[in-house]
Amino acid sequence: MAATPNRPLLEIDNLSTHYVSAQGTRVVRAVDDVSLRISAGETLGIVGESGSGKSTLALSILRVLPPAAQIVSGQMWFENEDLVRKTDTEMRHVRGKRIAMILQDPMASLNPLFTIGNQVGEPIRVHEGTRRAAAWRRACDLLKAVRIPSPETRVTQFPHEMSGGMRQRIVGAIGIACEPRLLIADEPTTSLDLTIQAQYLSLLRDLQREHGLALIFITHNLGIVAKMCDQLVVMYAGRVVESGPVSRIFNAPAHPYTKALLNSIPRMTDNRNRLTAIEGQPPDLSSLPRGCSFAARCPAAFDRCHKETPPEFNLEGGRTARCWLASVAMQSGAA
Amino acid sequence: MKQFVTRRLGYSLLSLLVLSLTIFFFVRVTGDPAALLVEPGASEDDIAAIHHKFGLDKPLWAQYGLFMMSLLRGDFGQSFYYQTPVLDLYFDRLPNSLLLALVAMAFSLAVGIPTGILAAVRVGRFWDSAGKLFALLGLSLPSFFVGLVLILLFSVYLGWLPSSGSGGVLHILMPAFALGWYFAAAHMRLTRSSMLEVLGSEYVKLARLKGLPQSWVIGKHAFKNALIPVVTLAGINLVLMINVAVVVETVFAWPGVGRLLYEGISFRDFPVVQGIVIMGGTMIVVVNLLVDVVYAVIDPRIRLEK
Ligand SMILES: Nc1ncnc2c1ncn2[C@@H]1O[C@H](COP(=O)(O)OP(=O)(O)OP(=O)(O)O)[C@@H](O)[C@H]1O
Ligand SMILES: [Mg+2]
Repeated sequence: MAATPNRPLLEIDNLSTHYVSAQGTRVVRAVDDVSLRISAGETLGIVGESGSGKSTLALSILRVLPPAAQIVSGQMWFENEDLVRKTDTEMRHVRGKRIAMILQDPMASLNPLFTIGNQVGEPIRVHEGTRRAAAWRRACDLLKAVRIPSPETRVTQFPHEMSGGMRQRIVGAIGIACEPRLLIADEPTTSLDLTIQAQYLSLLRDLQREHGLALIFITHNLGIVAKMCDQLVVMYAGRVVESGPVSRIFNAPAHPYTKALLNSIPRMTDNRNRLTAIEGQPPDLSSLPRGCSFAARCPAAFDRCHKETPPEFNLEGGRTARCWLASVAMQSGAA
Repeated sequence: MKQFVTRRLGYSLLSLLVLSLTIFFFVRVTGDPAALLVEPGASEDDIAAIHHKFGLDKPLWAQYGLFMMSLLRGDFGQSFYYQTPVLDLYFDRLPNSLLLALVAMAFSLAVGIPTGILAAVRVGRFWDSAGKLFALLGLSLPSFFVGLVLILLFSVYLGWLPSSGSGGVLHILMPAFALGWYFAAAHMRLTRSSMLEVLGSEYVKLARLKGLPQSWVIGKHAFKNALIPVVTLAGINLVLMINVAVVVETVFAWPGVGRLLYEGISFRDFPVVQGIVIMGGTMIVVVNLLVDVVYAVIDPRIRLEK
């Protein structure tokens, strides 16, 4: 394979992943023509409403999709290797070793029938051929690394003996077990205690710094993105509607959806304490409307938005936006 | 919890009472046992003497009352035909039934679990469809038919296996197959659905995300979890097997409880039939009660249900 030297750590080009119903009649376009990139050591935030395709995108990268899902087109370059073309066996050597993922539901992510030590040691055993006893000791060290008190007794326990916050950190420990280059963390939706959440985030940041890994952080919460991330990807109805450096997007969002999301962050200083939620519902991903999928909810929509789907426009400063208004702004800016 | 157990216990006793009433009157519809116990051409007096000896000359409600009274004392009465206590006959035959049920269970699990896993792993593809066909056949072909086909093939045609009786290892193969056939299909279906559920779980997803080989994901993470409901069902089915083997035991002349029941019916041996049906009913009711209580202990949602 001809290596292109200046590719970033991970580059995804025009990836589409669809869920196809058993009869093949219903196609859910969960990920539609998505492109993104992330460099080594960087943090990329992915935000979007529930059902916008964030988890499906993450699972597509590792190709751990349910049988109904299918990567229908696109390319994924990781360290100059095409992940889409890899065989299952080749993919196995990527999973957990070079790219790891922390699932959204920490309560359900651990097998109830095996000890913590067994489950944390597993990736080490398969990827490094380590013996059971040695893997067990490594599991102990990993629990220490994710700040779990008295790891020697914790490794012998079962998941039901742990609190939610602890299980989440254990899943984190599994993620970093083989020192991957890229860690994908799907933010827990079963909301943990706020202080536990804050501890978890700072833990992730520390791990990232210590191991120099790139982090993809999936969340609903733009406030967390502001604190954690360098780059941002905003997803709506399976598509990336805006992407670019966090600071620039926060200063001047190019897409009306991003604008609306930023307005809906509750501000501590705002004594009216009002949440500007976005009116309306996202479209059904199995029958997308003609034109821009956000048009029905967009305050700035005009004729063209309802007729033609906007392509991904490249704006200055490494930004992109899928909006006809952005193209107008770009042209007037260029003129 | 105490209330839940009390209520379930009440239902169990009630269903046993209904069962005893039903079987008591049903056997009496089959005809007069005296007619089978006397020489042809016996006098009215002889028959009346037999009726008197077995208490069949009393009114039905009195007979039922006496029957229930002695039942409460643990006395199932005497067989009309063998003239020995029903319980002695029953416990003589029970080990044979148990042996048959155990071999049939082993067979049904050995077939049902691997095929169920295969169908789940290849869901919607060839082996899944083949499994569905097998389950359909298993659940719909009656055991006497399977038994007769087996006898035709292996005893009459090939001459490999004895067609009836007990004693050797070879004797048990065909009856165990005929009895286990239905349960193999049932266990396959449950393994498949349980496995499918587990395969869609988050911890199996995480196991795959770790980069574990497929055999490890399925054999370790999915298998153990998927087996829990199957083992529960197998426990219940074992009790069921002991009590539903009438047809198989009759076809293969296997000397178990089922064949005793068949003989009891043929000879109009009322105490034997009543005794076996009530023993079987009690076993099934007790197992169901145990399962309900154990589930209620495990699952708070059932416990709190009105
Ligand atoms: N197994 C499946 N079969 C069919 N459709 C699915 C399946 N899983 C997810 N979907 C659909 O795919 C779309 C994207 O789902 P996904 O879980 O990726 O969203 P998400 O952005 O991660 O949401 P959340 O923020 O709630 O986690 C949704 O519309 C969902 O209904
Ligand atoms: Mg998700």
